[in-house]
Amino acid sequence: MSKIRIAVGTRKGAFILTSDEKREHWDIDGPHFAGWEIYHVTGTPTDPNRLYASQSNGWFGQVIQRSNDGGKTWDPVGNQFTYDGVPGTHQWYDGSQHPWEFKRVWHLEPSLTDPDLLYAGVEDAALFRSSDGGSTWQELSGLRNVKGNLWQPGAGGMCLHTILLSPDNPDRMFVAISAAGAFRTDDGGETWQPVNQGLKSDGELPDADAEVGHCVHSIAMHPSRPNVLFMQKHWDVMRSDNAGESWYEVSGSLPSDFGFPIAVHAHEPNTIYVVPIKSDSEHFPPEGKLRVYRSRTGGNEWEALTNGLPQRDCYVNVLRNALAVDSLDSCGIYFGTTGGQVYRSVDSGDSWMPIVRDLPPVLSLEVQVLP
Amino acid sequence: MIRVILPAHLRTLARVNGDVALEVGGLITQCAVLDSLETAYPMLRGTIRDFTTKERRPFIRFFACGQDLSDAPFDNVLPDAVLTGSQPFRIVGAMSGG
Repeated sequence: MSKIRIAVGTRKGAFILTSDEKREHWDIDGPHFAGWEIYHVTGTPTDPNRLYASQSNGWFGQVIQRSNDGGKTWDPVGNQFTYDGVPGTHQWYDGSQHPWEFKRVWHLEPSLTDPDLLYAGVEDAALFRSSDGGSTWQELSGLRNVKGNLWQPGAGGMCLHTILLSPDNPDRMFVAISAAGAFRTDDGGETWQPVNQGLKSDGELPDADAEVGHCVHSIAMHPSRPNVLFMQKHWDVMRSDNAGESWYEVSGSLPSDFGFPIAVHAHEPNTIYVVPIKSDSEHFPPEGKLRVYRSRTGGNEWEALTNGLPQRDCYVNVLRNALAVDSLDSCGIYFGTTGGQVYRSVDSGDSWMPIVRDLPPVLSLEVQVLP
Repeated sequence: MIRVILPAHLRTLARVNGDVALEVGGLITQCAVLDSLETAYPMLRGTIRDFTTKERRPFIRFFACGQDLSDAPFDNVLPDAVLTGSQPFRIVGAMSGG
């Protein structure tokens, strides 16, 4: 029987939730790294016992932790993230240029083939690579050559929060940066191009069609269709059918097209999920009703999934890395909230149950099916 | 022996329970103590001072003998009571307010 493991990063530590494939009863292990912010904790696709975690706080900075026993024990590995060469500057809030300064790791993305190879998306926005299991890190600095001097932090910081590895092309990768946009490499990270054509940011940018500067909140792909991308932008849910060369809006019937995460069903590449949030100034569900929205048509036509979710007086948020799917035959969908709840659905979103209700605010959530 | 007291989070990270005892050679300055500490506990690198500039992180404080040494020059020799081990060198997380 398969086992399911959810790695949850919160404001005050990491938690490992495990269950069998029925996904009814869960063991909750944690907090690991109690008191620290865990922006991301994730397993590796090629070694179920290997996990990585990004641990940070305002006093002591950044630590990277690695586990070789499925998250039972952890060891600190390399935490030196030094920008390549002269770091240069980016745009600051007052229009001046400001030096790049490392703050924290937002996202860790292990390779699809090698448990010792992984990528780290950091704030101030940059991409780092480790080929020795996180012991040392080197920046892929070509990314910041793409008009990095024009990037400007948003209210949440100038973070590289999404890394997508193309399953059919080891040289292709997509990243997304808050208030800078989406970018693609086709040569393993040496050079990059912005892939933001079609994004509209009328309320946020003086030039709504700018090449960079769009506030991308997350991107998702299905491994069987690596050229089809879905994006939750600050406002607007977007889709690309040509690896980001151009985008078109698929917000359709959503009650609000503002939100943070987006995910694709494990077995239905045209079925996608978002969690609408009222607005950029009110980060909670519209009407106090926590609703996941599902489109089975790759966007535009959406249905509200409410069975088991609070439909009154709910004012939590679901952050960009806090929605995930499992790969069991009956696809499981999971999300964590800033109120500390982790919800699960074992029927593709038709019905929901809380796994746990009172964790610290959930920053990220990753799911893995273990043999 | 120099006695160093770490804040709770760094004791957990370094996997130590009480004070840390360090053998420090040469002139015993803040810098020399921190160098020895990071050599003995490499997981603490970057958590107390910046990797590159070696400057104290903004919300770290250094106390000894009832004095705040946070802004003292890094190459100043530490007080005699610290050198003899009768008083600890304290690394402290600054008050966060709120």
